[in-house]
Amino acid sequence: MRRVARALLGSQYALMLEYRAEIALWALSGLLPFIMLALWRQAPAGAHLGLGSGGLDRYFLSAYLVRQFSVVWVVFAFEEDALLGRLSPYLLQPLHPLWRYLAAHLAEQLTRLPFAAAIAALFFVLNPGAFWLPSPGGLFLAWLATLGAFAISFLLQSLIAALCFWSEKASALERLLFVPYLFLSGLLAPLAAFPPGVRAMAQWTPFPWLINFPARLLAGLPVDAAAGFGAQLAWIALLLPAVLLLWRAGVRRYTAMGA
Amino acid sequence: MRRYLLTLRRFWGTAIAGQLEYQLNVLIELLAAAANLAGSLFILSLFFRQSGSLGGWSWQQALVVQGVYTLLDGVATTWLRPNLGAIVSHVREGTLDFVLLKPIDSQFWLSLRTLSPAGLSELLLGLGLVVWAAPRAGGSAGPLQLALALLTLLTGVVILYALWFLLAATSIWFVKTWNATEVLRAALTAGRFPIAAYPPALRLLFTVVLPVAFLTTVPAEAILGRATAPWLGAALLMAVLSFAASRAFWRFALRHYTSASS
Repeated sequence: MRRVARALLGSQYALMLEYRAEIALWALSGLLPFIMLALWRQAPAGAHLGLGSGGLDRYFLSAYLVRQFSVVWVVFAFEEDALLGRLSPYLLQPLHPLWRYLAAHLAEQLTRLPFAAAIAALFFVLNPGAFWLPSPGGLFLAWLATLGAFAISFLLQSLIAALCFWSEKASALERLLFVPYLFLSGLLAPLAAFPPGVRAMAQWTPFPWLINFPARLLAGLPVDAAAGFGAQLAWIALLLPAVLLLWRAGVRRYTAMGA
Repeated sequence: MRRYLLTLRRFWGTAIAGQLEYQLNVLIELLAAAANLAGSLFILSLFFRQSGSLGGWSWQQALVVQGVYTLLDGVATTWLRPNLGAIVSHVREGTLDFVLLKPIDSQFWLSLRTLSPAGLSELLLGLGLVVWAAPRAGGSAGPLQLALALLTLLTGVVILYALWFLLAATSIWFVKTWNATEVLRAALTAGRFPIAAYPPALRLLFTVVLPVAFLTTVPAEAILGRATAPWLGAALLMAVLSFAASRAFWRFALRHYTSASS
């Protein structure tokens, strides 16, 4: 088992290193939180969020970093593999294909690390006042929460990817999932800015636990850690069996492309 | 000229006939566009919870900017993405050779080959929002105003096209520039909000380096009847210059084209 994991991760990392330039561009294309930060800092509404001085800067930088390490693209990779017929040999191997995608994501995150660090460094050079070092305990919790966020996104997308067995255009469905993610996750506005009714409703969806919760942990802002981790675990417990069941049902009716 | 018009009709006829195969997708796109607009309006409303203005723009005026952005996004999805996104794969797979051999301008072929109805819903939603919000924000619909609004929208589209084409054309050297256009797309989302809402340094950046201001804020100003001569002149100049640059750059890039695997 360990040998398989090492071989998968090693080969995927080597593959991702080939695409360094591409991954750097992806890291750049996530700069939306910084645009939003500029707006929030300028607007009077930004002062009413209860984040304290510098809290806004820390929140949006953290949101950027959390997003960088919880980006998931299973649907797109899977759709391409299914359309090009690469899926059939993967299914024959004595290894669940999702493990391969998981290894690719982890390897890509490792490749992303230097670029994300460079952007954070640049952010601090431009805003020396915002500099902070999270406490080791806080950093550990934030890392756990980011991992939880990655797991939930991965499972959500795998659920949609499994629908590829029934429809050839699952990426269109992914768009429908991305819209609530974008607006409810806290990437564009911290959840503290939402009206109380919307905030209460959003908390019953998986989205705020994907950005808002880990970002607040990383930024050292007050947050109910127990409730956050509880919600993340609940979503993982709900999604994991659903993905496995749907996948099994899908493989059973899979006839390979063109059959 | 007639030959080009005739070719264009053939191009778009076949493209739409091909896309009609996927009717369910159109429905999904409509749903996604509506949800996207609702989400953007929600985020915009957050800025108005504490005060009545965002960078000096009222809620209804900011809605006009949002509408223009949605409209331009629709143009990008319908026209720019399917065409200019394909340049990268033409270069990678060597099919650009076939395009260059055709007895027709290659930039014309690459820019107008296809249309995707996926962005039509965004076009309609954006137009609807502008038409709804403009009179409420104090815009009046005189003939001069309408003409200026159309002119600035046109310059916005031309600038967007030229920027996108310039980036896509760099694939002649770098092959994989698909992500570069993604970076452009991400940066252009700044156009969802009036330029005046940004800090001064970013305002300068979004006007001179990455002309987001000319894409949404200037057309919105014209729609609201607040267009000033210097801004109109700058928008026109920017559009002409960027289009000329895209043309010159394409000629330059083709001189460096060596076809795939050679």
